[in-house]
Amino acid sequence: MDWIDFAIIVAKGGILVNAMLIAAAYMVLAERKIAAWIQNRIGPNRVGPWGLFQSFADVFKLYLKEDVVPAAADYRFHALAPVISIAVAITVYAVIPWSDAVEIGGRMISLTMAPDMNVALLVILAMTSVGVYGVALAGWSSNNKYSLMGGLRSSAQMISYELSMGLSIIGVVMIAGSLNLVDIIRGQSAGAWNVFYQPIAFIIFLVTALAETNRAPFDLPEAEPELVGGYHTEYSGMKFGLLYLAEYANMLASSAIMATLFLGGWDIIPFLDDATILGLEPGSLPLVLLQHGAFVGKSLLLVFVFIWIRWSLPRFRYDQLMNLGWKILLPLSLANIAVTGTVMLLLNR
Amino acid sequence: MANVTTNIESERMTFWERIYLPEIARGLGLTLRQMFRPKFTRQYPEERWEPEGSYRGRPVLVQEEDGERCVACGLCSRVCPALAIEVRAAETDKEKERYPELFEINMLRCIYCGFCEEVCPEEAIVMSKDYELVFGSQDEGILGKEKLLIPVSQLQDRLEFLRQWR
Repeated sequence: MDWIDFAIIVAKGGILVNAMLIAAAYMVLAERKIAAWIQNRIGPNRVGPWGLFQSFADVFKLYLKEDVVPAAADYRFHALAPVISIAVAITVYAVIPWSDAVEIGGRMISLTMAPDMNVALLVILAMTSVGVYGVALAGWSSNNKYSLMGGLRSSAQMISYELSMGLSIIGVVMIAGSLNLVDIIRGQSAGAWNVFYQPIAFIIFLVTALAETNRAPFDLPEAEPELVGGYHTEYSGMKFGLLYLAEYANMLASSAIMATLFLGGWDIIPFLDDATILGLEPGSLPLVLLQHGAFVGKSLLLVFVFIWIRWSLPRFRYDQLMNLGWKILLPLSLANIAVTGTVMLLLNR
Repeated sequence: MANVTTNIESERMTFWERIYLPEIARGLGLTLRQMFRPKFTRQYPEERWEPEGSYRGRPVLVQEEDGERCVACGLCSRVCPALAIEVRAAETDKEKERYPELFEINMLRCIYCGFCEEVCPEEAIVMSKDYELVFGSQDEGILGKEKLLIPVSQLQDRLEFLRQWR
């Protein structure tokens, strides 16, 4: 590896982290705008045209706020928890296949930090599991009963839904025959997207992704009426900002993973080969840019679905959440694997 | 146990209702439709709300060309349930013989009940449409005559409303 490779990796890291921060800022704005529209309101429209700079004003405000640490809190873990949350969220971004590789100056360059990683899917699953430490530690170290309840709920929720999530992915992995996200996309771009082969897995993944990112209707860890603010009750200033940011970053990551696994990743047109339809050479820069746009568009569409669901559905009760996770989603995902395996065996693929 | 009837939610619901997903889709459809409906928001500092004559805003004194209508009878002060009004009477050479030397309404106490307006024999104190009441200190909340006197031309809506309903 020479210094140009190194420079490229550093540049990609800078682009990804900054893109993630800006995307999170605008997702907060989108959340507020869509919430307002659903409730027949207008939403933030004072800071900049259509309120476009609202999130930056909010972040600026968070920076100016006093950072309050409760006297009884374990201040080391209290400070560590937001860092874990955001670090884990960023790590997932390293393996998300943002674009196909394109050859520039004899080097294959793609926007992904770790392209063609053969265990990318396992990294994602592992990282989303580690993400619960941020929430659990935030709740525990605050030394506050509401925070602790939020952290506990989050742990229980993650354990229950992590299983179904992993099992729902197995169907996709069986079809693609690989844990490499690029291979999974390649497998879809020629034929049909996985959502047509695995509709039940897609629904299970969508539900578990909502639970994993602590979004409504599974936002029990921060259920305002019961737990004040849940695990981030005792956080203020930019520490709160980081926890908040991690939530939105996770949302975008989950959407991107869903787009990769089920909606064909960067494939523009379902059922057909993009390159021949658009008359562009496979692996050429215009095609890769178009495909990158398609991938981002799919991810943002799923982010919209996340927000839309949040402002439509009421929160689950805790026992309902557990019943859904263990009694419905888990058997359903196991059955999905069995059916997928049987069909594949019969079709001799 | 043969003739026992049960009414359990899980038994009432059909299969499609029990798996939730169609109902969730219906709910999502509803919220999606709402997104394109007209908005109710009023852009407040730019778009102001103009109340009807029946609105009970800040109580004010009616000002004619030759001064206030008030004859300082003190009935408003007497009837005020919040003890917000203070009147000190003085004599004048005009036909009405008395006028308020001092007339103060403590807006921090006022409850906008409109009793002062109702009891006034001269239609001299009426409720205005002014609802933007902001004070920087407690002293500023006590309004004297200079702030209470409003020309009669600006109060026509309220005066008409009072004549209609009294």
